[in-house]
Amino acid sequence: MATPRFRVGDVVRVDARAALGHCRTPFFLRGKTGVIVGIQGAFHDPEKLAYHKPGLPRMVLYKVRFKQPEIWPNYPGRPHDQLEADIYEHWLIRADGEARSDSHAAA
Amino acid sequence: MPPHDDHDHHQDHEHTHEHDGQPHRHPPQRDHDADPASPYEVLEQAIRELLIEKGVLTAEEIYAQVDLMDSRTPALGAKVVARAWVDPAYKARLLADTRAALAELGIDIGTLADFRTVENTADVHNVIVCTLCSCYPKLLLGIPPAWYKSLAYRSRVVIDPRGVLKEFGLEIPDNVEVRVHDSTADLRYFVLPRRPEGTEGWSVEQLAEIVTRDCMIGTAVPVVPPIRAAAE
Repeated sequence: MATPRFRVGDVVRVDARAALGHCRTPFFLRGKTGVIVGIQGAFHDPEKLAYHKPGLPRMVLYKVRFKQPEIWPNYPGRPHDQLEADIYEHWLIRADGEARSDSHAAA
Repeated sequence: MPPHDDHDHHQDHEHTHEHDGQPHRHPPQRDHDADPASPYEVLEQAIRELLIEKGVLTAEEIYAQVDLMDSRTPALGAKVVARAWVDPAYKARLLADTRAALAELGIDIGTLADFRTVENTADVHNVIVCTLCSCYPKLLLGIPPAWYKSLAYRSRVVIDPRGVLKEFGLEIPDNVEVRVHDSTADLRYFVLPRRPEGTEGWSVEQLAEIVTRDCMIGTAVPVVPPIRAAAE
């Protein structure tokens, strides 16, 4: 597996860039900050696979945990509710030092 | 467009004929008789027939996949959950390496996607969605329910999970975290629910009976039927 750039516990922001064509990064998470809670392995790049390319090199995939109220300003649930999604490395930007509460640490 | 004999004739009925002396079945026919076919059905049929005609797939391979999917039902998942409830060592293996733990029970999840088990605890209630399409642990739970694939569920369960769960009849206490898992990429998730009180001493078979499909999606929790609770 390619050496992961991030470690569990790292704070990351999902890139807010636009993407042409197929990708697996939901719009509602772009620009949002979360914490890495797992390294899922390396997988063929879906953005290349979608166009009949081999999808190599494999991309490292991370499980990223977000606080719901940080995703949705008017989140109607409880402040401790969270959401996790699998995000590829090339969509993640290191965001250590950005405002986050300590309670968000990886469980 | 001129009629294409080789294709038009088998739209009406399933049949067997010979190719190179071998009996040959056409792939499954439409499973309802409402006409006209939607554009997507026509597209699917055209692609399927082209794949067969060009030798990419055989009709038998398509049948085999349909049969494989038909063999997977939530009862498989329920068996896994019940085993995890009665066997802590198995539960630990399931959480650590879901693929291997399923293989122990003879459940092969293929090579397309890896699985992860997320465990409900006193502090966390998990619920599964795929906001981008409809990823689902099919090789464990079978074909997903229609609502799982609906735009309403996929968009609303991330924005207001507690509200959506309430519509399913499930109210999560305020002190419990609701954790939504969006299966955005190569992994498929399923929920290991909590074993309810009142099931002490039950057999694995009895336990599996109360684990429904929705319990493993996270839109329900296992419930002890009142009649059994009264009998215990």
